Amino acid sequence: MPKVTYIEFEGKEHSINLPLGFSIMEGAIQNSIKGIDADCGGSCACATCHVYVDENWVKKLPEIQESERDMLDFVTELKNNSRLSCQITMTDQLDGIIVRLPKKQG
Amino acid sequence: MTIKTDAVVIGAGPVGLFSVFELGILNLDCHIIDNLDKIGGQCIELYPDKPIYDIPGLPNCTGKSLIDNLLEQIKPFKKQFHLNQRVNTIKKINKLWQVITSDNKIFETPNIIIAGGVGSFEPRKPEVKDINKFEGKGFYYSVKDKAQFTDEIVAIFGGGDSALDWAVELSTIAKKIYLIHRRDNFKGSPHTLNKVKEISKTNKIEIKTFYQLKELRGKDKLENIEIQHDNGKIEQLDINSVIAFFGLKMELGPIADWSLNLEEKSIVVNTHNFQTNHEGIFAIGDICTYPGKLKLILSGFHEGALAAKECFIRARPNENFVFQYTTSSTKIQKILGVK
Ligand SMILES: Cc1cc2nc3c(=O)[nH]c(=O)nc-3n(C[C@H](O)[C@H](O)[C@H](O)COP(=O)(O)OP(=O)(O)OC[C@H]3O[C@@H](n4cnc5c(N)ncnc54)[C@H](O)[C@@H]3O)c2cc1C
Ligand code: FES
Repeated sequence: MPKVTYIEFEGKEHSINLPLGFSIMEGAIQNSIKGIDADCGGSCACATCHVYVDENWVKKLPEIQESERDMLDFVTELKNNSRLSCQITMTDQLDGIIVRLPKKQG
Repeated sequence: MTIKTDAVVIGAGPVGLFSVFELGILNLDCHIIDNLDKIGGQCIELYPDKPIYDIPGLPNCTGKSLIDNLLEQIKPFKKQFHLNQRVNTIKKINKLWQVITSDNKIFETPNIIIAGGVGSFEPRKPEVKDINKFEGKGFYYSVKDKAQFTDEIVAIFGGGDSALDWAVELSTIAKKIYLIHRRDNFKGSPHTLNKVKEISKTNKIEIKTFYQLKELRGKDKLENIEIQHDNGKIEQLDINSVIAFFGLKMELGPIADWSLNLEEKSIVVNTHNFQTNHEGIFAIGDICTYPGKLKLILSGFHEGALAAKECFIRARPNENFVFQYTTSSTKIQKILGVK
């Protein structure tokens, strides 16, 4: 099973195995990792699942969809590597991906 | 005028709606208030067409069909919806609660059922200076009375259905509409988009893409806005009104100020009758928490049934609560209008 590492804003790390097809948001919620709210349950409608994707992984992600870009406009502290974790689905190519959580969601 | 009622339900999501049923079969009337302009909470706002598989006895439904069914189920009861307004204040007056909405509607009731979900759906505000100064004075997030835009120059921001629908609708009465979007692809229905494009040939609607709102200007009322193109170019537009459709977000909002015991963004309740730390205030559905809570629609239905029982005891202190089946109770069937 592919691995994901979440790094909380304060630096605490969590590595989990996430089955293929699950989103990075779901991995955080199911493992009670703090810092991802996911108020809309993955509908790409709340922007409270914002993560910063580690620079080495950004290029490996599929391209951002229009709907995600629209929501990203609403996150606090948008950066070039900002993504909504509910829109990143686990694939074999993403095995080992690292995401950092923002200070605050929404 | 104060509206007197057995219960005020805050939130017209699935859980609020089913609590209307549970209140109804106990012969209690109620008023339901929601900040959205439509009934259905998350099911309608976030996933109307997506499937739900875990409603007991309903193997398969969608967000929308579930809400339609709930509305059908509560048809027989005395209830009234008050949409497009937020409950801002609650106060205790003797033994009753007073509830005041953002439209200044006032209710008096022994029971408040908070079925507020993850909070009230609120419009997202753009980050521009003086936004607070112009809200309601030329800057709006929704259309309550379209007549107010008659003969005006209106700038509509957004790329979704609301923006497109209102551009078409208001183009019949306004002097001119600017439809401004930060990208060039509109998410709204293709049919409406075609209409917008058709009307834009007459210049009644002017479409401006890759622009964002930068500044608001005006003395007492909004008079002029500054927008910026992605290439840096700045433009000034003389307008009378702006309507901004930047989407919705969920906010606990005023509920946080009612001195209720909170845990993170949820209200702590007991599992005996889902009352909060205030007598006569109940919390059910996604907004409540207790050991073992699951944020599922079915849990909210159960919570509503137990809360309604306590509401009855408080609203009808001189009557006895009698547990009855809908299958066999003549009294309930009379209320339902099936006998
Ligand atoms: C994509 C998605 C899929 C889901 N799938 C399922 C599923 O398969 N099964 C399941 O059981 N659950 C599912 N859920 C969860 C389910 O939708 C929620 O549990 C349910 O909507 C909660 O209902 P509610 O009535 O408590 O609150 P909500 O549906 O959130 O409604 C609350 C309403 O209260 C209003 N409100 C709040 N505060 C105020 C105020 N101060 N004044 C006025 N109005 C106010 C809000 O505007 C809102 O309309 C899903 C959720 C999502 C997002
Ligand atoms: S969970 Fe809401 S946008 Fe990702």
